[in-house]
Order: sequence, then C-alpha cells, then structure tokens
Amino acid sequence: MYAYIARRLLATLPVMAVVGIAVFMLLHLTPGDPAVVIAGDYARPEDIDKIRERLGLNEPLHVQFFSWVGAVLSGDLGTSIFSNLPVAKLIGQRLEPTLALAIATIIFAILVAVPMGVIAAWKAGTLTDRVIMVFAVLGFSVPVFVIGYAMMWLFSITLGWFPVQGYKPIGDGFWPFLRSITLPTVALGIIYVALIARITRASMLEVLTEDYMRTARAKGLDNNALLIRHALRNASVPIVTIIGIGIALLIGGVVVTESVFNIPGLGRLTIDAVLRRDYPIIQGVILIFSGAYVIVNLAIDLSYTVLDPRIRY
Amino acid sequence: MPRFLTATRRAALAALAAAPMALGLGIGPASAESVLRIVPHADLKNLDPIWTTAYITRNHGYMVYDTLFAQDEELNVHPQMVGEHSVSDDGLVYTFTLRDGLKWHDGDPVKAEDCVASILRWGKRDGMGQKLMDFTRELKAVDDKTFTLTLNEPYGLVLDSLGKISSNTPFMMKKEYADTDAFEQVSEVVGSGPFRFVKEEWVPGSKVVYARNEDYVPRSEAASGAAGGKVVHFDRVEWIYIPDPATAMNALINGEVDLWETPAVDMVPLLEQSEDVELAVIDPLGTQGWLRPNHLHPPFDNPKARQALLYAVNQTVYLQAIVGDPKLYKECAAYFICGTPNESDVGVGPLQSHDQEMARKLLAEAGYKGEKIILMQSTDIPVLNNAALVTAQVLRDVGMDVEVQAMDWSTLTSRRAEKKSPADGGWNIFHTYATGADATSPIANIGVSGGGVEKAWFGWPTDEKTEMLRDQFAREADPMKKKAIIDELQGRLFDHLVPYVNYGQWFQPVAWRKGLEGVLVSPVPFFWNITKDAG
Repeated sequence: MYAYIARRLLATLPVMAVVGIAVFMLLHLTPGDPAVVIAGDYARPEDIDKIRERLGLNEPLHVQFFSWVGAVLSGDLGTSIFSNLPVAKLIGQRLEPTLALAIATIIFAILVAVPMGVIAAWKAGTLTDRVIMVFAVLGFSVPVFVIGYAMMWLFSITLGWFPVQGYKPIGDGFWPFLRSITLPTVALGIIYVALIARITRASMLEVLTEDYMRTARAKGLDNNALLIRHALRNASVPIVTIIGIGIALLIGGVVVTESVFNIPGLGRLTIDAVLRRDYPIIQGVILIFSGAYVIVNLAIDLSYTVLDPRIRY
Repeated sequence: MPRFLTATRRAALAALAAAPMALGLGIGPASAESVLRIVPHADLKNLDPIWTTAYITRNHGYMVYDTLFAQDEELNVHPQMVGEHSVSDDGLVYTFTLRDGLKWHDGDPVKAEDCVASILRWGKRDGMGQKLMDFTRELKAVDDKTFTLTLNEPYGLVLDSLGKISSNTPFMMKKEYADTDAFEQVSEVVGSGPFRFVKEEWVPGSKVVYARNEDYVPRSEAASGAAGGKVVHFDRVEWIYIPDPATAMNALINGEVDLWETPAVDMVPLLEQSEDVELAVIDPLGTQGWLRPNHLHPPFDNPKARQALLYAVNQTVYLQAIVGDPKLYKECAAYFICGTPNESDVGVGPLQSHDQEMARKLLAEAGYKGEKIILMQSTDIPVLNNAALVTAQVLRDVGMDVEVQAMDWSTLTSRRAEKKSPADGGWNIFHTYATGADATSPIANIGVSGGGVEKAWFGWPTDEKTEMLRDQFAREADPMKKKAIIDELQGRLFDHLVPYVNYGQWFQPVAWRKGLEGVLVSPVPFFWNITKDAG
C-alpha cells in the first residue's frame, strides 16, 4: 500500500513536467504580448520593446523556460507581470474562496444527492422516483448562471437573506462566511446533486437485484439496514468515483459561479491572467491544478480499499 | 416590486425576510467607519500610473497622488499643488512655487526636487510629456519649494501638459520613487494625494482599499473636475471589482455598493426602474470610435479609398449597434470631440453624406479590384466586436471582399503592430476607441498623427502637412490662432489623410444609490467631494 502511494506520488512528477512544458510552450507561442497591454494604446514601438526587455520577454524561449523551471524547483512560482506581486501570494489569496466553495458544494451535493438516489432506487418506478429523476434532468439542463441569478433575485433582492455578491473569509466569523457561501454553493451544487443522484440510483438499482440482497431481505433485515449497510456500501465505488471527478472538476471549473457571485477565486484569477497574458500566474495556477488533480485521483483510488475489501494495491 | 407578487405573498416574503435576523444570521455590528463602496470599470492590476496607461491605474493615481495643475469641468487648467507660477516675458522660463502644507504619505514634505524627478520620468513615457521635453532646455529645483522649466523656444502647451487629465497624467511622486526607470514599476505607493493606499488589503481581481489621508490640505476653491479642493468625506473608499454586469447591478440595487462606474448599456433601462438608483452622465466628452485603416498597403494606401470609407460609414448605424439608447450617443464628425473648444465642422461633409454610390466610385478610382480586406475583430470587447460586424457589412455593401478575423484584444494589439502586407499576416482595418479627454487636441489625439512608420500610431498615416499643422498648434499660444489651425488641420484630415474614420461619440452613464451627493462632472471618476445621506 505505502509502496503504491509512493509510486503514485512519484508519477506526479513527470505528469507535472509535461503539463509545465505544454503550458509554457502554448502560452508563449500564442499571439499576444503583455508588454503591449502594459504600454497601452499610445505607446511607441521602442517603449514596448523596453518594457519587454525589462520583463525578460526578449530572451530566447528556452532561456525563459529554464529560468522559470529553475525558480519553480526552488519553490518560487514567479511574480505577476502586472501586479508585481508573487504568484504564490496571489494563489494563496484565491485558494480559500475556491476551496471553500468546492468543499461546501461537494458536502451539499453528497448530503442531498445520495439520499435522493437511494430513495429513487428504493422507490423505483413510483411517482417519488419520477419526481427525483425530473429534478435530476432539470439540474443538468439549467445553466448555473440562470440558477444563480434566480436565487439572487429571490433570496438576496426580494428576501434580503443573503448578500448578492462577495466572499467573507471564515476568519471573519462563521455566519458571515456561511451567508456569503450559501447561494453560490447551492447554485453550483445543483448540477452535482443531479449527477450524483443519478449515479447513486443506477448503482443502487444494480445492487438491489443481487442475490445477497434477497437473502438479507429474507433474513428479516429492516429497510434502513438493508439500504444503507448492505446496498449503499456495495454501490459506493462508482458513487465515490463520480464524487472524486466532481471535486477535480470543481477546483478548476467554478469560473462561472465565481463570476456570477463575485467570488475572488482561482478560476477568475486564471481567466484574468489569460486575457492579459500574465504568463507566471497562468503557469503557476495550472501547475497547482494539475497537482491537485493527481492527488484527488490518488485519494479516490485509496478510498476504494476502504469501501471494498476485495480491492488491494 | 414585481407585479405578480400579491399582498399575501409579499407579507409571507416579508416574514421570511425577517427569519435570518431571528436566527442571528444578520450582518455583524455596524462599523463606526464611513465607507464609500465603488464598482470600478476594471480591476486594478498595477499601481504605477506612469508605467502603464490603463485608465484604472490613472484613477488609482488620482486617489493617492496629486498633480501640479488640474483641469476643471470646463477643461480649463488651474494650479493644484502649485501655489504660484509665472512666465518670463519671452515665454521661455516658467517658475513654479509649491503651495504650503504638501506632505507625502510617509510624513516628509513635498519638495521641488520631487516634482522635477516626477516630470522627467513622465516625460519619458507620455506623448505630451515627450513633446514638452523636446521643447525643454532645463528643468531644475531652485529651492525646496520652487523649480523652473526653461524652454528652447516658446511652447503653447506647457500648462496643458502638466495639467493633462488623462493617461499618462503627470502625477507627482517622491524623488526616490520618481527616479525609478520609466520602464519599470515603482516599488511602493507613496503619494501626497487625498487618500492613502492600503496595500495590506489589496486583493488584485477583487478589492482595493483607500484610507483618508488625514494630513492632506485641500485647496480652498470648490472642487470642479480634477481641480479645486479635494475634500474627502469618508474614512475609507473601497473599490469592489465585480466583472459580471448583472451582479454589479443587483449589488447596487441591494445597497451592497454605492456607485457603479460603468453600468452596461443594456442594464440602464433596468436601473432606471429602480427607486433607489440614480443615473447620470458625468463625462461630457464621452468616447469616440475609431475605424483605423492601414495606410501602408492597398487599397487604403490610396487617399481615395480612405475617403470611400468616409462616404460609406453611417455613424447612427454604428451607434445603434454598440450603444442603442439615443440618449447616450450623438453623431459627431469632428476629430477633436464635439462640445470642446476644438470642435470644428470643416470638411465633415463626406462623413455625413452616407453616399454608398460615391464610396463605390472612389474605390474604383483608387484601383480597388476586389482584393481581400482583412478586418480584425476583437470579440472580447462588445463595443469593438459590434463595430467590426457593422463595418464588415458596410464594406460588403460598397463592393469590398471582407474577411473578418476574430481574436481577443490582446492578440489584436500584437497583430496590429505588424507592418507586413495583409496576405503575409498583416491587416487592413481594426477598430478601437478613445475617451474624449484623450482626443480633444491635435497633440493629445495620437490617432491624427501623420508621422508615418517612424512616428505615427498603428496604421501609420503619412502626411507632412498634417505634421506641420500639429507642430504649429503646439507652438501657438493665442486661442484664436489655435482654432484657425484646428480648422485647417481638420480640413486636411478629411480631404486627404483620413487617419481614421470617426464612427460616433457616445456617453457612459454612472449609476449610484440615491442619497449620494457631490459626484463631480469629469472624464475621470473622483471620490472626493462625495457625501452620503446617513438615512
């Protein structure tokens, strides 16, 4: 097991190296020049050239690449071309909102979706099942921003329960934090509720028809024990897989939610950096994302051994 | 309140609205600090208003730095940091004395040597600053409060340059920072303006915080534009960047912010319906649209092809496509902005004729034979995206073969520097716009330069006579003679050079919560002089 974990962690290194090379080349070969953005519309070509020189952008590409790699290996993600702030600091400022939103969304989605999926499977073919599945289809179909604006109108503008926008760090107090994160969590979580509920229902339906479930039922086990201890546990591997994929997608995929609710997270940091060609930020964020994806995937794989004793590494 | 909410439903909603208070979910204790919350037009990414021309950094500059001179709302120049100034009889030596009470945010007094270093740094980056430096023989501090500027020959724009309202504005910085290379950012924000920058609370992409500078001594005159007394009525001003227009609108309606600098034009009707929000245009100069042809390559290297563009363009069609609401735009053919002393109607006939037949005839005379026209379209800036689509149709209507190439603005700004032929990766046309404050004179308006590949802006118009007239304007001090030069220059621009086609002038409204008073009329938003009704 430990050897497996060590192997998987070591495997992240070539993955991140490939990501680093690909991102660096892609960015620097894409048209667009941060020096032009900085110098502004009225700059003379010689002024733009001087800015490019100060930023080191006139160096040959391989020199820029190895300079960046050297800095990253020593723990320095570089400095933003525009704000002159360390990339690590900028990512640090944005990490909490993104993580808070991602974790809250996953908790919300699991708490709502798994019971929904279990109930839908248990009541398969009934009105309850159909209502849950209609909700799941709607959850997939309605874009996040539509749900966001609708909730904003009802719960913020009309009822005044929650703020329209902004993020309060948990350090400012739990209630302000909860108020700021509730609407974005629900808006973003609905699609994951739909996804996880459908997978849960499908997995449960498969398990509920197994012979051992009939045996358990014949032994007189009550419904709760039957569904939770026997069926759900055996159906959990695909559910956990989809939850894990959801976490990975959430870390980088919250851009729309962050924009609608004005949450200063990593998604918006990346988009802003791409539009301005702030290379060090883009490179730094993508490296962090790729590392996070690898670790989340490893955690999912390891969780299989807990959920299904037959799986061993 | 929406019509479909009945009284019963409203009562139920009111009860629901009270629920969070009962559960203790209300906002924490009210702070005694007075805070003005603004949604700015862009995110503040960098802090040095000399290093970059970005308007958001210029606006930041006005918060923390001060200027020697400043323009009032009528665009007249007045002393700001300067107490007294004089000009020698031969017009060559300007003497400036700083007013009393000026202090940097670190407590040190503002000295003449700081101003000399600041002007020199600005003079390396700004177009008007470079021009002023061309005429300057010597700039030196006489004592702690006095400095002199000695010219090689009389120059009519000394005070206009030092009081320039828009980017790059000549902000005064402490010498140790002003000595920074003009192509590198200053390391710290130490100004002498009415606000201090709270760096610890700066979150790029989200929030910028300014605290009132308690040591600031405002001028005694009433505030007007960038000039007059900068009296601050709030302990803090917070810029909360909200990129999504619908969210910004909801935040304003909900009272989470006090002022939204640039409401999206399609949000204006909704904002007008809100009982809690006021809308007003505070920048009377507005924005001017530029359709920029490439003068280096056929067909627009031929003056007749450029004139064909004038006949083909109908400003109203553009303005409807990019603004929509007639209250927020006007047809204005003048190169130097309608509503300013430099507005002129000389030569505007072709742009007002909307004569497509004449456009076709001129294109034929220019030798256009159906070659492909490369039109660069910036898809991430709605105004420019729409303008490009209109131009594509306009050109097709007069018989041109147009290829619209979509790209983001960053890519376009790199591509437009290409001087190669369109077939080899160059271009024929792109669109941009200039705020009125940057286009009101032949010197400030870089788009009318005819300096060719060496000196002109992208598109590289070339015309010695245009350059001669711009030079005459710069040297002339007499307003009547200046106006005559403007008329002659504009005639030349329409009849021959056509450096760009002006596709209209539009006005950006600002929205704020009712109860906010004292928002100043200016091309730049200022946050002094504003008060907020406590109720």
